[in-house]
Amino acid sequence: MAANKFSAAMRRLRAVATKEVRQLSRDRVTFGMIVGVPLLQITLFGYAINYDVRNLATVVQDDANSSMSREFISQIKATQVVHVTYTTNSSAELAKLMREGRVSLAIVIPRDFERRLQAQTRPVVQILVDGSQTQLAGVAAGIASMPLLARHGEGPYSGGKRMQPRRVEVRTLYNPEKRTAVQIVPALIGVILTMTMVLFTSGAIVRERERGNLELLIATPLSSLELMVGKLLPYVAIGLIQTTIILIVGAWLFSVPIVGRLIDLYAAALVFIAATLGLGLFVSTLAQTQFQAFQLAFLTLLPSILLSGFLFPFEGMPVAAQWIAQVLPLTHFNVIIRGIVLRGADLPEVWLQLLKLAAFLAVMLVVAAVRFKKRLD
Amino acid sequence: MNSTAGTAITARQLTRKFGTKVAVDHIDLDIPSGRIYGFLGPNGSGKSTTLRMLCGMLRPSDGHAEVFGLSVVKDAEAIRRRLGYMPQKFSLWEDLTTDENLRFMADLYGLEGDVEARIAEQRVTYNLDELRKQRAGTMSGGQKQRLALAAATIHSPELLLLDEPTSAVDPQSRRDFWERLFQLAEGGATILVSTHYMDEAERCHGLAIIAEGRMVAEGTPRALMAGVEANIFEIEGADGSEAPRLIRELPWVHGVTQLGIRLRVLADRNVKDAEAQLRVLLKQHDIDARVELTNASLEDVFVVATRVRKNGG
Repeated sequence: MAANKFSAAMRRLRAVATKEVRQLSRDRVTFGMIVGVPLLQITLFGYAINYDVRNLATVVQDDANSSMSREFISQIKATQVVHVTYTTNSSAELAKLMREGRVSLAIVIPRDFERRLQAQTRPVVQILVDGSQTQLAGVAAGIASMPLLARHGEGPYSGGKRMQPRRVEVRTLYNPEKRTAVQIVPALIGVILTMTMVLFTSGAIVRERERGNLELLIATPLSSLELMVGKLLPYVAIGLIQTTIILIVGAWLFSVPIVGRLIDLYAAALVFIAATLGLGLFVSTLAQTQFQAFQLAFLTLLPSILLSGFLFPFEGMPVAAQWIAQVLPLTHFNVIIRGIVLRGADLPEVWLQLLKLAAFLAVMLVVAAVRFKKRLD
Repeated sequence: MNSTAGTAITARQLTRKFGTKVAVDHIDLDIPSGRIYGFLGPNGSGKSTTLRMLCGMLRPSDGHAEVFGLSVVKDAEAIRRRLGYMPQKFSLWEDLTTDENLRFMADLYGLEGDVEARIAEQRVTYNLDELRKQRAGTMSGGQKQRLALAAATIHSPELLLLDEPTSAVDPQSRRDFWERLFQLAEGGATILVSTHYMDEAERCHGLAIIAEGRMVAEGTPRALMAGVEANIFEIEGADGSEAPRLIRELPWVHGVTQLGIRLRVLADRNVKDAEAQLRVLLKQHDIDARVELTNASLEDVFVVATRVRKNGG
């Protein structure tokens, strides 16, 4: 009898999930979004949001014009941070180029370049930066601290602040390990999952209510738990598909390595998917119409993107924002996913974040269940 | 399919409030099994709310109801397996085909045996064979309604609750629909149907007239029409005159309806010389018209029942 009941429940569950997949596959726009959103986002974020500054238009005024100064210039060029578009002998022309915005950076090598280099008392090179672009200050600092005139055979520095003779200050900011894509792509998994899971699931449940299907369903033996689980299951699969898309495109397009184990990654993704589905479920109990659901979903999405540490370092945020961020599942997932993908962490090492996600899921499910029951009456 | 008990539904003082608004106001029901029983009433009279309480979707605020002797509150789950419900609005999935919708409902009701055969059977009964692969969203009102009834009856329910099932279909489809309801009733099913169409109400075995959440009259349509608390007069040849206004002013007239060139007057039954009074009134105003006593229609019953309720209390 109990077994019969269970198999009947499973049959209903499967029926709901099958129906959901069918509907989804016929809704071309939504179906396209499942694949389109990750592809679009990863391209957008991977290419456009780029903290690595490259190919800055630069003017060089080489007053020394010695072999050493020329070697210095070629070294700067080799970083690809600057792209020397002008060379000049006149300070006036340099200033003009700067003013007109033709260049963002100007490098002035003084006549006594070698002497300054040896003496190490006065600045050897002057770098002028267009202050209206704040990010560029960092670039200037980077160039200022470049290893000057490294000997052949010495590779680029990979970090640290080692001081060496004949170098003004040595610190390599733009080494390959700090490419933005490496940071952004793993975190994109969380952003895209938040977007899809909350938006699609809340929409899918509210749609059933809006179109009157729910009234019919309530009169059938289908329980609300079966309905919820059946509707959400396909989205778990979709979430995993999206995760895979991002990982593949990330590796292929942006050479983002996966240092940790894939199984850990997918396990963490599953926990996160469950947490965001819980959020979607909660949103669906608040909204009367699909439009309201989308608005509410968006309301949760924006802080997730801004506060979760996806774009801006978490530590730099005001305390209040950090508190809000603590409530967002994406914040914790970002820590987990960057740990696994970039630092090769395994699950026990990120247990605290996993626990927070699980707690979030539990709260959402309880609240949604309580609210959903009420809505039936 | 066979209810041994003679009564499928009983309700005592069944009440539902939404905030301060009383949607269903202490209704008593005794609905015999194997019959088509109608709820006749205007929109917002509480028909849908009553149906929803009977299928366990809404809890009664007061009173109680039993379906097959089971409480609609405590045994809602057991009742659901045995009833089919067709909401007012088409509630199947518009992006699914006929077969898919039927299959889904069959799975929800845990249909045993050859499910495909049962679906095929329903397709034949409800003339859906040509629509097998068609999505519900692209169907006409009549086709949707046939599909909805096929889905609601896929598990051969003992009780069928239909909430204004024919509001979106043409007259021919309505006639076909009612033919099918009678077939289902002959098969032993109890059918409870809400409507605001008089001609549909007239086809029911039993009828309850509901207004403002209260049952104002109950009986077979024939008995209701025979027992109407009014005399009905038809006046011919008074169209275009001020007769309707004059007659309405008479204190014992419940209502005047114009039907083409005829006026239909509902007069208080206790006024014995109503016919003579009408003739005198018309003559006084030089209106040359014929006055004639006629049989009550269900609409007259409805007007009088709701009118008496308003005046009475």
